[in-house]
Amino acid sequence: MIGIEHYLVVSSILFVMGVLGIFLNRKNVIIILMAIELILLAVNINLVAFSVFLGDLTGQIFAMFVLTVAAGEAAIGLAILVIYFRGRGTIAVDDVNRMKG
Amino acid sequence: MTAIHFIVFLPLLAALVAGLGQRFIGALAAKTITTAGLFIAAFLSWPIFIGFLNGSETAYVQPVMTWVQSGDLTFDWELRVDALTAVMLVVITSVSALVHLYSWGYMEEDPDQPRFFAYLSLFTFAMLMLVTANNLVQMFFGWEGVGLASYLLIGFWYKKPSANAAAIKAFVVNRVGDLGFMLGIFGIFWLFGTVSIPEILAAAPDKVGSSIGFLGLRVDTMSLLCILLFIGAMGKSAQLGLHTWLPDAMEGPTPVSALIHAATMVTAGVFMVCRLSPLFETSQFALDVVTIVGATTAIFAATVGLVQTDIKRVIAYSTCSQLGYMFFAAGTGAYGAAMFHLFTHAFFKALLFLGAGSVIHAMHHEQDMRYYGGLRKHIPLTFWAMMAGTLAITGVGILGVGGFAGFYSKDAIIEAAFASESTYHMYGFAIGVIAALLTSFYSWRLMFLTFFGKPRWDQSEHIQHAVHDHHDHGDHDAHAHATSSDGTAGYHPHESPWSMLTPLALLTIGAVFAGFVFHKAFIDAEAGQAFWANSTLYFNAHLMHAMHEVPLWVKLSSTVAMLIGLTTAYFMYQRSEDAPQRLAATFGPIYRFFLNKWYFDELYNFVFIRPAFWFGRLFWKQGDVGIIDRFGPNGSAALVSFGSKLAVRMQSGYLYTYALVMLLGLVIAVSWMMVRV
Repeated sequence: MIGIEHYLVVSSILFVMGVLGIFLNRKNVIIILMAIELILLAVNINLVAFSVFLGDLTGQIFAMFVLTVAAGEAAIGLAILVIYFRGRGTIAVDDVNRMKG
Repeated sequence: MTAIHFIVFLPLLAALVAGLGQRFIGALAAKTITTAGLFIAAFLSWPIFIGFLNGSETAYVQPVMTWVQSGDLTFDWELRVDALTAVMLVVITSVSALVHLYSWGYMEEDPDQPRFFAYLSLFTFAMLMLVTANNLVQMFFGWEGVGLASYLLIGFWYKKPSANAAAIKAFVVNRVGDLGFMLGIFGIFWLFGTVSIPEILAAAPDKVGSSIGFLGLRVDTMSLLCILLFIGAMGKSAQLGLHTWLPDAMEGPTPVSALIHAATMVTAGVFMVCRLSPLFETSQFALDVVTIVGATTAIFAATVGLVQTDIKRVIAYSTCSQLGYMFFAAGTGAYGAAMFHLFTHAFFKALLFLGAGSVIHAMHHEQDMRYYGGLRKHIPLTFWAMMAGTLAITGVGILGVGGFAGFYSKDAIIEAAFASESTYHMYGFAIGVIAALLTSFYSWRLMFLTFFGKPRWDQSEHIQHAVHDHHDHGDHDAHAHATSSDGTAGYHPHESPWSMLTPLALLTIGAVFAGFVFHKAFIDAEAGQAFWANSTLYFNAHLMHAMHEVPLWVKLSSTVAMLIGLTTAYFMYQRSEDAPQRLAATFGPIYRFFLNKWYFDELYNFVFIRPAFWFGRLFWKQGDVGIIDRFGPNGSAALVSFGSKLAVRMQSGYLYTYALVMLLGLVIAVSWMMVRV
């Protein structure tokens, strides 16, 4: 029998992968965007799992909202990346440091 | 409004209009207003003086306004007019008016003339405030006012570093004297409860013999107060110890030297001692101090004057020496003689200074007498004016017949010193005669070096410049000066314009006749008593009687001294070419001692200035920089800069660093929440 623990373990693994994807990634910014998607998915799995096990639909509706926002976020993020690439000719993470103090 | 109001306030008004309004009215109007104001004041002053001379005027006090009413301290702004004031009024306004006129010519090429004339008039106002004071605070106001004007005028050419240094020196040295004067005023108010001069003088005899605690000692009250006041007089009148500013003050324009540093301001000390003479009479000790300081200054300044080469400095030391005469006259009780010498000295010394200015003007601002010579034929009018001044200062005259101004006043001082019964009168007498010899020598040396002999102008840089400029502008042969062998370097001195010669002429009249005309009123036993009765001056008729009874050799002593000085100067500077050099070589140490002004500047440099600088550097380097700056502004700035350097390291600019920090912060916040709950 698959219990709530299994869902939570999967979502935790996804979340940690997402977080590590942000910090350890040295390649390019698209991977950071993908890692953020992973984190959001982990959250979605949590929401849906709790919703099912508690018999409350709110969680599933919330998951739909999160998916919508994630789609919007991905669109805006990629648009920023395109513009950024036009401007600086690179999207390598190590070159994106114009905020250095 | 009476005449005295006009006399006092016209110069102030003129100074304000010329000083503040110079942009609107222009230089010519500023000069006209100040000069006219002073001439009107002078014309109003003489009737007052003559009124006192013939006895038609009596002393009175004109109120101006209430000044201070604070508890026990009450005094008004008043104008006191008495015989003593009248003498000073005449001296101040006449010399000032003539100096204003003289400055038209002397300062002609200066771009800042309105400022100069405004300062001159301001000075005159302050000096008039001083001599018309009926209380010590007003006198102090005038005292500081003339000090300020003197500072401004010495430093008039403010682009010259030496002029600025001299102005500061004059101000600082005068502060030392002023401290004494202030303490004296405080002590008098503490003792008498008033600063009104007549009340103080009336109350003074009651306080004789009392004592007062001062600096942990018990001292005689009157002696202390008089000596404190005298310290103020020493500073202003450049007496030994506080004299060092006067020769340096010659950095100012020559008309300033004539007005302030010869005729008027430096005599303020003598005036003050005479004004407060009944106070000084209560303390024999203070009078002895006055005598000794005055006499020592007279001989000191005369010896230094012997070897100076700058024409203005010779006259400056001469002034210092003559002020010494006035003080020891006052110290021996002959206040009338002191005031008489002040009066005559103002005329002949202003004449000598203005004459020197005329020479400097003619010699293209060369002041070194070694580069003069033979000027008699080129500037004859200046020569005759200077001759009159020299005859007056050396006291040329024939006993029982008459003589120049100095003959009456200086002989009166020497005879009074001999006849006096004060403790150190013989010291004053001996020094008076020796200083008369030296006075004669340095005055004639000045005349011989300047006006006689052969021209030595070609060694002067100023003349060289003048000749070069001249040739550059003209079409003359550019090498004419190099080939001239008569020492003139091809230079032709010009006589000064009429605006400079008129004051010389008028002062010449003063230098010739001031003694003869006025000696009865000032020092005659009966006439003097009548004249000075209208003032606070203590007139010792007994001493004035005794003065006429002195032995013949005493009466002749100063004339003989004068002749010896003249002959020596004649032989040294006329007959023999190298006598001065040989003498200087023979008496090397003494010559250098005199040339270096008795090493007073070096002594003060060593005793006061260097320790002061050392203290200043200590507080600057250790105190200010080392402690206050280090732990104050610089320290906190360094701390902030260090902290920001740390903070900068966290601003890597990489997105993931910020995300990590955010995550860590979130983790810490959440853990803290969990632990707390």
